[in-house]
Amino acid sequence: MAVKDLFMVRKTDYAPVRMAVIIGLVFLVLFVPVIFKKPFPQDLVIKIFLFALLGNAWNILGGLTGQVSLGHAMFFGTGAYTSTLLFLKFGVSPWFGLLTGAMLAGGISLVLGYPSFKLKGHYFAMITIAFGEVFHILFRNIDAFGGASGLFLPITDNSFSAFYFGIHKAPYLYIVFFFYILSTVTIYLLDRSKIGFYLRSINAEEDAARSLGVSSPFYKSIAMFFSASFTAVGGSFYAQYVTFIDPPSVFHLMFSIQIVLIVILGGIGSIVGPLAGALVLIPLSEFTRIYLGGTGRGFDLILYGLLIIVFAVYQPLGLVGMFGRKRR
Amino acid sequence: METEILQAVVSGLLLGLIYSLVAVGLTLIWGVMDIVNFAHGDFLMLGMYTSYVLYTSLGIDPLLSIPVAGGFLFVVGVVTYRMIIRRIMHAPMLVQIFTTFGMMIFLRYVIFFFFKPDYRSIGNTVLSGNVKFLGVYVGIPETVAALGAFLTTGVIYWIINHTKIGGAITATSENRVAAQLMGIDPDRIFSLSWGIGGAAAGIAGALLSNFFYIFPEVGGVFGLTAFVVVCFGGFGNIHGAFIAGLIVGLIESLGGYIAPPEYKHLFVYSLFIFLLWLRPRGLLGVT
Repeated sequence: MAVKDLFMVRKTDYAPVRMAVIIGLVFLVLFVPVIFKKPFPQDLVIKIFLFALLGNAWNILGGLTGQVSLGHAMFFGTGAYTSTLLFLKFGVSPWFGLLTGAMLAGGISLVLGYPSFKLKGHYFAMITIAFGEVFHILFRNIDAFGGASGLFLPITDNSFSAFYFGIHKAPYLYIVFFFYILSTVTIYLLDRSKIGFYLRSINAEEDAARSLGVSSPFYKSIAMFFSASFTAVGGSFYAQYVTFIDPPSVFHLMFSIQIVLIVILGGIGSIVGPLAGALVLIPLSEFTRIYLGGTGRGFDLILYGLLIIVFAVYQPLGLVGMFGRKRR
Repeated sequence: METEILQAVVSGLLLGLIYSLVAVGLTLIWGVMDIVNFAHGDFLMLGMYTSYVLYTSLGIDPLLSIPVAGGFLFVVGVVTYRMIIRRIMHAPMLVQIFTTFGMMIFLRYVIFFFFKPDYRSIGNTVLSGNVKFLGVYVGIPETVAALGAFLTTGVIYWIINHTKIGGAITATSENRVAAQLMGIDPDRIFSLSWGIGGAAAGIAGALLSNFFYIFPEVGGVFGLTAFVVVCFGGFGNIHGAFIAGLIVGLIESLGGYIAPPEYKHLFVYSLFIFLLWLRPRGLLGVT
């Protein structure tokens, strides 16, 4: 089959280049703590990979399947709160909490997916906003979950098993980088598998896909499960890294928006897109916050809003689209 | 007990009339262009600050600054359409969502920059105090705001349904190409819809400024509530938005009565989810 042949050629053509890029990236990240000894650049790189991870997770549902969720903060918050609460109340290892949070967020996503997947376009986006707000309100008001004042993680001994390294940032960097690579590999495999083809057929023309026998709610649920789980992993990591969580920092609508923004900036549905978006947006927001945010008057956010508008108007395909490497 | 419920019903309906006006502006833009304006709540916030500035700098009573706020937001709406929305009309949905999100952040923090995050209010206005009516206390500013919102909604309804320009707006929202063939310029209609939509939010903001706290993020709650109302009433349905506004006002008010007030929005959002699930076209929408 001609199409299949083309596909094979493309694969062999690009595979060595891809491998080289990935190996190069791994080396670069491994040496970040050696090159940059100050905490600020290390923190910046950690945040870049955290948001690239979240962007990847969102991309499984939003990019691959075309379901625009504006409520992913609820999965991020679920991950952050699950690992933190399990540790605080029962002394469970945060690593186990991270896994539990991921499974819990995946389970929640399946339940919420049932009513949501009937809806298309704006309507799907709306229902995810509503779910996100429900989570935000509940966590703000339920005292057993720390209420509006949030939860602090106590200082423990620095060790891998405790998922706590004090002021040392290098281990956090390696951990978040590992999860980023894991999410990238997952997307790559999903994309190449039969599921990936079904997901993309749903994205392109849902009714046509259904008429050919693709069960769209089933495959959308698979995509949402992976998407929610990886987002929750990011949430648990965030809680362990920052050691303080409260509803506005992990459940806010703006947080959901920020994740999607990074994907859009990088290029929707692209494997490198989220990292590209995070590489631009995170330093930008950190530097404007430091140099302009000091006045406490939100000048950084004015610039941020303006940039979003300008970018959406003039470069709707994102950074990846700018260099002509659009995937679809 | 009974008067308390009656009190909740009355204040819910008064609030609901304002929600209706805000939602009518949103649903008009949505219906005509199929674009969701996430900055709509922040148009309302601009209306509140317009009357605040007029009051603090020139001593003009908020009641008199209603037309000014309406006119100003009409211009803001038209300019937004001409400068930004026109360029992204044919872009993917996600890009449209993000453009209006960018507008929301931009407007919110421009105001934040100039006015700081302080909660402000306008005191010493013509309208103040309460009246007791059928054993229920109603605030005069709230009542006047609700009446003003009701009147404005009525005027917009009249414009859309009984004037030539309204006919052109309806025609464009029903079938853009056919309307164009009849000699209607869609560009002007879109521009006008954004103007009217903005003015509705601006007037609602000015009405609210009489009794509601004014702060940069005030648009958030009103914007989200307006979305709920629009979904309840059916997208692009002005008549539906009016009734749905009253229902949402009632649910919020009664929800705050039977449960702690922190949860009042929870009722609204939960009902919203069920409604989207069971009747995706809205309670009064046509399928």
